[in-house]
Amino acid sequence: MKETPVELSSCTPPMPPSKKKPLFTIFIVLVLVTGSGWQIGFSITDLTAGLPEMGSLLVQLVPPDWTYFGEVTSPMMETIQMAVLGTTFGGLIAFPLSMLAASNIFHTNWITVPSRLLLNLIRTLPELLLAALFVAIFGIGPVPGVFALMMFSLGIIAKLFFESVEAIDSGPMEAMTAVGANKLKWMMFGVVPQVMSSFMSFFLYAFEINIRAAAVLGLVGAGGIGLYYEQNLGFFEYARVSTIIVYSLIVVLVIDFLSTRIREKLQ
Amino acid sequence: MKPQEIWKRNTKRILIAVVVLLIYIWAFSGIPVIQIKETSGEVFSSIMSGIFSPDWGYVYDPAGEDLLRTLLETLAIALLGTFISSLLCIPFSFMAARNIAKTKFMVGTSKSVLSFIRVFPDIVLALLFIKAVGPGPFAGVLALGIGAVGMLGKLIAESVESIDLSAREALIATGGNPVKTFMFAVVPQVLPNFFSFVLYRFEVNLRAATILGVIGAGGIGAPLIFALSVRDWERVGIILLGIIVMVTILDAISSRIRSRLI
Amino acid sequence: MIEFNHVSKVYPNGTTALNEVDLQIEDGEFVVVVGLSGAGKSTFLRSINRLHEVTEGEILINGESITKARGSSLYRMRREIGMIFQNFNLVRRSSVMRNVLSGRVGYHSTLRMILGLFPREDKDIAMQALERVNLQEKAYSRADELSGGQQQRVSIARALAQEAKLILADEPVASLDPMTTKQVMDDLARINKELNMTMVVNLHFIDVARQYATRIIGLREGEVVFDGPVGQATDEIFSDIYGRPVHKDEMLGEM
Repeated sequence: MKETPVELSSCTPPMPPSKKKPLFTIFIVLVLVTGSGWQIGFSITDLTAGLPEMGSLLVQLVPPDWTYFGEVTSPMMETIQMAVLGTTFGGLIAFPLSMLAASNIFHTNWITVPSRLLLNLIRTLPELLLAALFVAIFGIGPVPGVFALMMFSLGIIAKLFFESVEAIDSGPMEAMTAVGANKLKWMMFGVVPQVMSSFMSFFLYAFEINIRAAAVLGLVGAGGIGLYYEQNLGFFEYARVSTIIVYSLIVVLVIDFLSTRIREKLQ
Repeated sequence: MKPQEIWKRNTKRILIAVVVLLIYIWAFSGIPVIQIKETSGEVFSSIMSGIFSPDWGYVYDPAGEDLLRTLLETLAIALLGTFISSLLCIPFSFMAARNIAKTKFMVGTSKSVLSFIRVFPDIVLALLFIKAVGPGPFAGVLALGIGAVGMLGKLIAESVESIDLSAREALIATGGNPVKTFMFAVVPQVLPNFFSFVLYRFEVNLRAATILGVIGAGGIGAPLIFALSVRDWERVGIILLGIIVMVTILDAISSRIRSRLI
Repeated sequence: MIEFNHVSKVYPNGTTALNEVDLQIEDGEFVVVVGLSGAGKSTFLRSINRLHEVTEGEILINGESITKARGSSLYRMRREIGMIFQNFNLVRRSSVMRNVLSGRVGYHSTLRMILGLFPREDKDIAMQALERVNLQEKAYSRADELSGGQQQRVSIARALAQEAKLILADEPVASLDPMTTKQVMDDLARINKELNMTMVVNLHFIDVARQYATRIIGLREGEVVFDGPVGQATDEIFSDIYGRPVHKDEMLGEM
């Protein structure tokens, strides 16, 4: 028998990986970027003309109009109320929906697959777009805002929660099966105790995001402080715009702080 | 457990329950009772039927504004905005990283700039840019391009802070100057995370770009708002379908690439 | 040739790491530096390529002062000195090839290196270096996929690709098991003989030091307390360097 060529070739150094892939990637990115620039009519002249404008605008933002704080307190409270309710309703729906989507709770595909599909579907739509739809349904006011935030937080909580449900320890579930519990009892005692603290943690996280989101929903008429952005920009009241921004920031920071503290205690 | 401790624990629980209850009473007091207007149900079922019998004629219209063109514009805004922010965030990411930046002052300043940018919601930035460069997709691109720097810069700076700098010593020992040392010992470790964060931000930006049109900053948002206001439910349906399909496909592509990067 | 002329190093907190070190290392020597941890071994080694600054005295490499070198002449002098580290100091995410090529950065312009464009000859040099440590088949694996011993041999290849005349090795086998310790030390000894490269190696294990060194330098509290051919380094000498009898864990055994 002759020496096989395979053994000979094993002595030669390996071939370097092809350089085509990175070059192709760079090419694709360049094509996409220049194509996009052409599509939207990107122009450096517009930019250079606009930037000083932007600069003077930023200058006009400071200092905020301090007297305006009192005036926007009531829409600010409405914003927080919307976020509280939206997150709560979203969380209430997210809990069962995540269970339905988790393959270790329901072993049948015809339950988990449609549930996950629904979850992904909800997550494709941003909060302002949802708000615009609900404004068309319920009319202008905080109610469509609550619904939009409900859908939005449903997407966030369910995505995170269903992943943590899928990662739980199967021991307690088997124990409940062994004692002959029905599906509902099985979930109450085998699953819920294991996931409750992570659910609360995701709930608070979604609340933090919702506070930020709620502050702009007013732009499409869905209640809260967002309505006042356009009003003031329309009248070139930039000091008032920065009042709204600063106010939102303070509320966001306070709520982030409280929520982080509670989440730390939950761990 | 002693009875005293049980009593203490129970009062704590009751207190929490009362606080939570008060929060909800307050929250509900601010929101009007949902009056199920006659129109509400009607509009809802119209939107639903619009989704199931969409205005296919709007998908492609050689004469004017159609779905494909506005979706393409939306995508272009998201792509270009992400590209701009991915370039702008690079210097900030390194200046804000404690292990790379030379002075504490530089780290502090860069971190403050990044936090300052994060204060502005994308849509508010878009409103400001419309004031500066006029309405249109260009304002949208700038809003996303600047707005994302805050988050990207923060995430990348954190991942720069977590890299292993031992290779830097080796590169200095081979006779590399600071630039060469940086290129060989630091950049290869940051690159995969950098691309991953940029792609993630692209997913966020794509969603943001679908609503920029609501305030006149380009993309699919404008025809959507218009269709809603003239109650053209079939058109609302096709636009929603278009957004859902586009976002779903690009999410899938982006997350596929991201999972291969790490 | 390396010359230490009255070199001292005092850290800002007052610790003396090197105290009046005055010696020469000739080309082709295999010098092993021994001493307790904290005796100044690492500072001694790192002052040769000026990863650490000395506070007094001067170090000459082939007659040229590295202590006074600035900017590009410092980079050029470092290029002539390879270095191997206890923890390998590889870029773990990069390929083996790229790690070895990084030994060549001193030879090319900064712009060229930003773009990562190495000439064909550099890739051949890197491949030959990998061949010398028997790792050419791993050239395009990621560095973190390799075992500890293999990673250390990659860092030897990096020093070889640098085409240095002198290799400094700071505890090169401290993170390795006895089997791979032997492989790595054999590689260093072979390179020393075949390429006549000077080796300056910090070692913890006394028996390994005795087996490979041609000359032993003993440091205690920054001072050279022994300097002579390996034959003269008796157990009594080692006890003197360590200031106490030799412990069992300072012998690798098994070799």
